[in-house]
Amino acid sequence: MKKLLSLLLLAALPALAQVTIGEPWVRATVAQQKATGAFMTLTSTQGARLLSASSPAAGAVEVHEMKMVDDVMRMRQIPGLDLPAGQTVALKPGGFHIMLLDLKQPLKEGDSVPLTLEIEDAQHARSQIVVDAPVKPLNAAAKH
Amino acid sequence: MQRRLFITSLAALPLAANAAPAFTGIDITGSTIGPDYKLSYSDGKPASLRDFKGKYVLLFFGFTQCPDVCPTALARAVEIKRLLGADGDKMQVVFVTVDPERDTGPLLTEYMRAFDPAFVAVRGTLEQTAKAAADFKIFYRKVPSGSSYTMDHTALTYVFDAGGKIRLALKHEQTAQQCAADLRQLMHPKKETGFLKGLFQ
Repeated sequence: MKKLLSLLLLAALPALAQVTIGEPWVRATVAQQKATGAFMTLTSTQGARLLSASSPAAGAVEVHEMKMVDDVMRMRQIPGLDLPAGQTVALKPGGFHIMLLDLKQPLKEGDSVPLTLEIEDAQHARSQIVVDAPVKPLNAAAKH
Repeated sequence: MQRRLFITSLAALPLAANAAPAFTGIDITGSTIGPDYKLSYSDGKPASLRDFKGKYVLLFFGFTQCPDVCPTALARAVEIKRLLGADGDKMQVVFVTVDPERDTGPLLTEYMRAFDPAFVAVRGTLEQTAKAAADFKIFYRKVPSGSSYTMDHTALTYVFDAGGKIRLALKHEQTAQQCAADLRQLMHPKKETGFLKGLFQ
């Protein structure tokens, strides 16, 4: 009976995870600077995964993780970022970020950058979220 | 009564001890780091640490394509300078690029101006950069990433005093308030009181 109930519940769930994006922003750049980072929070109703991102403002977009090991900063591309059900995952300085590479033009404060996030849920169903991330000044400090 | 007085003064000791110099950063006074580099300012003129004699230099190695640590460290330096108030003018920030291939002079000039026009950036050839990093015990490495590359690098900020002597290494995790307190203590060292001196001798 219990098993049947959970099966029924599963069937009743929407096919796609609902992912809410909070406080998106992109760090401004200066002339000739070809890369910058995008930051935001992601909260998914169900277990899901951020697979990749793209933007018309950048030639390439990667999901990165920053780690400090013995005072050495290491930044690496990651194959995806898990979004556990109901948990808010923060992309912020000192952790994860979306890296915008090969920028088409400098990003000025007041601009906004369209980002398309590719999300995959536990059933491997994919969906896309479009985010308009405002550009904050280059010297925007990280919240400690 | 006398006994009670003794206990009271004992209780006051830990407080007094806390007032004695203690940095949040790592005290590396006397270490063999540096002592100088042979690099160029972003306008091409030769650069040396000696150019800032009389100033408290914050020296940091990084690269401008860095989305996270480098702008955070520079934004922290802006905040440290603000927190120091009038003493902020005695502070000089020097940014050494570990990515001279992409960090051209004009790019570095623009980048520093976005933080504080008084901050300077220095760069060199690949060989000069490698020599400076080795002399200052900075690790850095080019790492391929997708179609491009990123740089691993030591994220410590070195502090030199007005005499050009190495004093501190500030960790990336230190807040602007902690860094400003460390600098204030370097600029205005507290004298040990006779009472404390007598106790510890």
